[in-house]
Amino acid sequence: MILLDQRLESSLESVDHSEERAVALAQESGFSEEETYRLGYAVREALVNAVVHGNRYSANKVVHFKVTRTSRAIEVVIEDQGSGFSTDMQGDPLAQENLMNQSGRGLALIRAFTDEMQVERTTPGGTRVILRKFLPPEAS
Amino acid sequence: MSVKLITRQVGDVTVIDAVGRITLGEGSSTFREIVKDLVNKGNKKILLNLADVSYIDSSGIGELVSGFTSVSNAGGSLKLLKLTKRIQDLLQITKLYTVFGVFDDEAKALASF
Repeated sequence: MILLDQRLESSLESVDHSEERAVALAQESGFSEEETYRLGYAVREALVNAVVHGNRYSANKVVHFKVTRTSRAIEVVIEDQGSGFSTDMQGDPLAQENLMNQSGRGLALIRAFTDEMQVERTTPGGTRVILRKFLPPEAS
Repeated sequence: MSVKLITRQVGDVTVIDAVGRITLGEGSSTFREIVKDLVNKGNKKILLNLADVSYIDSSGIGELVSGFTSVSNAGGSLKLLKLTKRIQDLLQITKLYTVFGVFDDEAKALASF
């Protein structure tokens, strides 16, 4: 079931609003307070990546934000219209030599706070991030 | 809500009491500017009180790291006080918990400088 399907402008304001929507949907789906926070956090990080690194705040580019509930999970898809990136080239933010870098932790935090994460290149070249958080047993 | 930062002096330690969210944009840049200003004025002992920080994103964590590096490069130290469980978890996930000096008690934190 599609819970939300929007095209967002590439701004931090849209990130804030969308994070709030994701948190509300997680609450409605029966997640605990802590799991709701974690999903909201992951969604925010992915949206910021799309706006800042993907679309580079361009007024001419949108972020596709879609939230779906399946029988086992909440699935969030965030897709930008940027030029894509390679996770292999990002470097491991948890490696000793990278710990004191100012940036680069977003994906690691998304992975930590969700049950499944996929990053895909889209055509003609943006990035699609798919996050899944399994529903609590009583809600599935 | 963005972050509100209030500084106070306890001996030769500058305590920054933070309230709100340290996130990409106004929140993280406010923190960056205040640390930069303190370092430029020669304040080398900085204690960041995070008791009332409800949320910090990866950008905010980056600014903590940047602030730590700036203060360290100036010969000083930046330490953290009263992390909430969530912020403690974030720093542990990002392997930064042991990088910063982290304290639950202000008196002990101040004495550690």
